[in-house]
Amino acid sequence: MNIFKLAGTCSQIAARILLSCLVLVLPFPAAAVLGDTAASVLDDQAGMKGTLRSVDNHTYVMHEITSSGTVVREFVSPQGAVFGVAWEGQFPPDLQQLLGPYYQQAQQAREKSQQEGSQQPRPRRAPIAVETPGLVLYETGHMRSFHGQAYIPQLVPQGVQASDIH
Amino acid sequence: MHKLAILLALGSVVLMVACGGSSSSGSSTITSVTDSCSPPTINYGQTSQCSASVMGLGNFNSAVTWSASAGSISATGLFSAPSSGDVSLLVTVTATSAQDGSKLGTTTVTVNPTQSANNMAPIIVDAGPAGLQPPSVNVGFVTVTICVPGTNTCQTIDHVAVDTGSSGLRIVSSVLSIPLPPANDSSGNPLGECLVFLDGYVWGPVATADITVAGEKASNVPVQVMVPSSGSPPVPGSCSNQNPPGGAGNEGGSVNAFGANALIGVGLFQRDCGPACVSNSPPPAAYYDCPASGCNPTNVTLAQQVANPVSGFGSDNNGVLVQFPSVPDGGSLTSNGLLIFGIGTQTNNGLGDSTVYPVPDTGNNAGNFTTMFNGSSYPQSFIDSGSNGFFFPDSSIPMCNGWYCPTNSPDNLTAVNQGSNGQSGPTTHFSIENANNLFSTNNTAFSTLGGPAIGGANSSFDWGLSFFFGRDVFTAIENMSTPGGPGPYFAYNLP
Repeated sequence: MNIFKLAGTCSQIAARILLSCLVLVLPFPAAAVLGDTAASVLDDQAGMKGTLRSVDNHTYVMHEITSSGTVVREFVSPQGAVFGVAWEGQFPPDLQQLLGPYYQQAQQAREKSQQEGSQQPRPRRAPIAVETPGLVLYETGHMRSFHGQAYIPQLVPQGVQASDIH
Repeated sequence: MHKLAILLALGSVVLMVACGGSSSSGSSTITSVTDSCSPPTINYGQTSQCSASVMGLGNFNSAVTWSASAGSISATGLFSAPSSGDVSLLVTVTATSAQDGSKLGTTTVTVNPTQSANNMAPIIVDAGPAGLQPPSVNVGFVTVTICVPGTNTCQTIDHVAVDTGSSGLRIVSSVLSIPLPPANDSSGNPLGECLVFLDGYVWGPVATADITVAGEKASNVPVQVMVPSSGSPPVPGSCSNQNPPGGAGNEGGSVNAFGANALIGVGLFQRDCGPACVSNSPPPAAYYDCPASGCNPTNVTLAQQVANPVSGFGSDNNGVLVQFPSVPDGGSLTSNGLLIFGIGTQTNNGLGDSTVYPVPDTGNNAGNFTTMFNGSSYPQSFIDSGSNGFFFPDSSIPMCNGWYCPTNSPDNLTAVNQGSNGQSGPTTHFSIENANNLFSTNNTAFSTLGGPAIGGANSSFDWGLSFFFGRDVFTAIENMSTPGGPGPYFAYNLP
């Protein structure tokens, strides 16, 4: 059933990224996004009620979802995994949906850091930076302009720089 | 035969009241010229409209020429006082008959010095509201008085954080002791708001207040009352889900979580959300329609949105100047600065030697300029007194609990900022000291405190309060004219 569902959603993606769709008709779980399959891009598109644009630059496919005041870009490896996401616009996206289980991982990493420095003053209205072996996440900006990126270093294809994820 | 002509100097309209006869008769005489100006008393920089009455015999010419002993006067009699002055001035305005230069009328206009509003609110950087733990660092606080609109039911709130990175007054609900009237949306339901800051969000109803800071007052201003997650109405999931992982979550719920009793956003924009909340479909998760059944995103008009209080002032409303003295490396126990309202509106808020850095007012880069640092370009950069340090990407500096702790401290650095007009300012020098060392003192004001920000091409340099010490830093409001051009822009000088 799962495979059929994924194959069905694949048909909605542009033909030129068919290769990554075929690859993901392997037993990946469907849901959420970062670290997940290309199919989850469509879950995000539905959740954001946005329009989708996809670009294949050979080393990865970038899917761009635009909705009210926010642009989200999701980066899919040739192996069919979403290895990075980036966002910009007047409002941050629904990060719980976009990051899936990695939201909790980033949350825990930062809480641990904050506990270690709990007697110290903390950054206020300052950029978020989370760097762990399994996840890198940044968000910066101010009222009317937010920018952020998150990626899983182990899933980033060879030849792709972190700065490409934007 | 008498003719009476009255010259009303409104534009070039000349009213001639003729008592019959032809207009081509030969001889004519001017008998008198009188003039008057309304209003007869004005301030420096203002105008007064003058008119002349010419009386004569025959088919006389009713035209006059205007002159003034100070200031200037147009051919139509519009008197303009000198732009500024410290003492009252009596100006003689003369209307002279064009036909007979010996016939003239005079009147006096009194020009008074402007009764300027006190536009200076003292700022203090200290440990924050009483009992705050851990103590606040690098946050500037002012005192603000709010009133139930149109009444003397007022409350003065201290330790209101000054934020040039946002717009609008937001008050922690537990601090509020007066019954501000709640604002309703177009459906007649209570209006709620979710506002996402960089490291968390605030949630709560919109209310209306009169706001007074120093000698400046804004009336009937929409403000936000920030409520805890246990409060009412409950925080919608579409609000809390914008919290970045590891962010502070609902940080407006208490004074301790917020680090201030309130926050006054005096930034680039007149309203907090702007056009994006007026007609987007679906509405963004920013303003909420809150019937008893629960809150859902809704569109609101600009007038319903939480407003920059400065935009509501009667004068000095085109921006702000934040001034701090320099502090030594290692920091100071406290620092006393000024929040000065207006740019170029009084003698104390001129741009002087500051460089203007224009920023876009719309798009994904609204409010951003470009910082060039370490050989890279950072196109999402901004100045923000509400951020409590320099936040920028530099992988060569070790991090420590969200701050930078350089091994060789101080780490002396330079950067160049460039506005959206493509013009670069002079090189900006700054230093980063080891945050652990800084925090080992009781100091609260640091010009050398910094931490990490986003790396790579999609990157940002956040010039927070560390940057403000020893400088004049201006934030000009969108669509307002200033001597440095229209806002929005940032401007600052070298220390």
